[in-house]
Amino acid sequence: MSTPAQEFLRNAATKSADLAHRRTIRTGIDHYEAAVARTGARFQDWEAARQRLHEVKWEAINHLDKYLVEFETRLKERGGHVYWAETAEDARRYIADLAARNNVRTVVKSKSMVTEEIDLTHTLEKDGVKVYETDLGEMIVQLRNEPPYHLMTPAMHLTRAEIADLFREKLGGVESDDPQHLVGIARRALRKAFFSAEMGISGANFLVADSGMMALTTNEGNGRLGTSLPRIHVAVAGIEKVIPRMEDLAVIWPALARSAVGQPIACYNTLIGGPRAPHETDGPEEFHLVLLDNGRSELLADPEQREVLHCIRCGACLNVCPVFRKIGGHSYGAVYGGPIGSVLMPHLGGLNKFQHLSFASSLCGACTDACPVKIDLHHHLLQNRRNAVQSADRPASERAAFGLWSWVLKGSGRFAFFGAAARALLRVAYSLGLARTPLDPLRPWTKAHAPPEIPAKSFRELWKEQRGAS
Amino acid sequence: MKTVAMFIPCFVDQLNPEVGMDMARVLRRVGYAVDFPEAQTCCGQPGFNSGYWNEARPLAERFVQIFGASDADAIVCPSGSCTTMVRNFYPELLAGSSLLPQAEKLAARVYEFSEFLVKVAQVPDVGASFPHRVAYHDACHALRELRIKQQPRELLKHVRGMELVEMPYCEECCGFGGTFATKFPMISSAMGETKAANAEASGAEYVTSTDSSCLMHIEGVLRLRKSPVRTIHLASILAQTGSPATAGNIAHDAAVADGAR
Repeated sequence: MSTPAQEFLRNAATKSADLAHRRTIRTGIDHYEAAVARTGARFQDWEAARQRLHEVKWEAINHLDKYLVEFETRLKERGGHVYWAETAEDARRYIADLAARNNVRTVVKSKSMVTEEIDLTHTLEKDGVKVYETDLGEMIVQLRNEPPYHLMTPAMHLTRAEIADLFREKLGGVESDDPQHLVGIARRALRKAFFSAEMGISGANFLVADSGMMALTTNEGNGRLGTSLPRIHVAVAGIEKVIPRMEDLAVIWPALARSAVGQPIACYNTLIGGPRAPHETDGPEEFHLVLLDNGRSELLADPEQREVLHCIRCGACLNVCPVFRKIGGHSYGAVYGGPIGSVLMPHLGGLNKFQHLSFASSLCGACTDACPVKIDLHHHLLQNRRNAVQSADRPASERAAFGLWSWVLKGSGRFAFFGAAARALLRVAYSLGLARTPLDPLRPWTKAHAPPEIPAKSFRELWKEQRGAS
Repeated sequence: MKTVAMFIPCFVDQLNPEVGMDMARVLRRVGYAVDFPEAQTCCGQPGFNSGYWNEARPLAERFVQIFGASDADAIVCPSGSCTTMVRNFYPELLAGSSLLPQAEKLAARVYEFSEFLVKVAQVPDVGASFPHRVAYHDACHALRELRIKQQPRELLKHVRGMELVEMPYCEECCGFGGTFATKFPMISSAMGETKAANAEASGAEYVTSTDSSCLMHIEGVLRLRKSPVRTIHLASILAQTGSPATAGNIAHDAAVADGAR
């Protein structure tokens, strides 16, 4: 059996060479970038908005004890149930038991990464519950039996022709690949599910402490149907989702919409504060909020990387990442892909299992510049690498190589000597025509590059000669 | 006369010596005395970026002692990446070291070459001539760690006979990334292919940048795909004054001429 790191290497290499994938992603991201450029201009001062967001999240994360309890108290006052789940298993069990107690046969889900994190759908399906993803992108990848490709745009890797073929096979009635026609087909299929479901499951984009309400953002309205039609609504949220005040949404909502999809504001921003009240005509009879820790407290205890909990899951760092653009979302082999996933996964899923993701970056920093809450993403990758060298498995050959590297460079004489020897070796090898053969000393490099010209003299030699001559 | 101490990255010393020689020529031309502290080796970035902070730290301490002892007015480096290491990462790497205050003082005296010419020396026109069409590649560390975007373009706009063109996606990483290129060669070369295609699409004869490492990667990919586009370091363009030199071998000729003088 291969390790996650070996699997990553294999999948990433295959996907990197897939030119059709490269074109599909480039088209999607060109649209995204154009839209962000257009709506970004609506902010008088985007940098000030980022700073404000950073401060709001900083305040919340550094006072989680206060804001989570405040949120819980307010929500319970209106009849909501709150369950604190320490692990993914706790959360799964609570929801599965709730479904069993209420004879739930059908569940409609709105898009939620945290339910992917706890692998909720498979648990419910094992219990015989039919689960419908109702976000269009999520519905598409569910029909394909795939995890979401991207935490914001789950079907980004598919062209509309591929989606038309999928619908033809799974749903029928496809006459063209016109997007409106395809959406119509999905809509008809989903309506039946919405009306038959006994339970709706959603995530929560934010938990507003001062009002005890959760905020849910969607673009398709599926979130509103799924949280108001079924008899029971269950929301799952990481403990980092809390924000102090309702008024914080004034900057968070537009910033989320801009960074996620390049909109001025998302189509549906909903605040949910509990089950249907006696005087209300609609809404669920029961409302449960599952607060998930699942490793977040440990991240909270790490002052160096605590700010990773500021993430609002907009996906901007994936879109701008040149590595993501080449290897695609599935190659990461992780619930959270892209730069934020590479930073976060070692904390949620174990350093040894996920350390390789932190090395699979050119450290270009595009993610950090794109992050609306100013998480220093690429520097956290460096810290993960340092942590991996300190306390995870690294190849013995690598450890020895860097030991030698450090020793050689501690003396300029040694450096000049080994440098000259290496250049002499390469010049001989290349004069014998060994470039790009298995005997090429620079073999891994020259597989993808023409061999470099190796200079006869180093800079320090040229410098000495010049000084001697003048 | 003001003095500049040259910080020559290890790979420039060994693989692109002409870049260092060209930088010295330009600095002298604009009125600086140039010094090369010969005890220098490497700033420690390859180890630091690979997680080997304990192995990189003695090299950083060495660097701080060597350049801290220099009484030059500024330390100038033909690489945005190595400048970043000293300016942005030494304070983190040397946190807790007795050399930290010295490292912080040093960080303020280290400049990337184009930044030095435009911001400190304030000579956007260094009297260069290079009659070619050139595209500037924004090297990531220069762009996003040091916020160098306009300075190299400013210098290039003043080069006689040169046409500066922009590549599509000029800010997208070329895929070099140090040890990333050897650990993940397929991803790195896929990124390099995109960069090479964008360079070709720009119609440029040359791609230039602040960093030899990016250029070595881009050049290797360009030559493998038999592209007519070549790379040349910014310092090697600015070193050209219009004396007869043939395209394609300009930097090399210059280094030989300079070295033989």
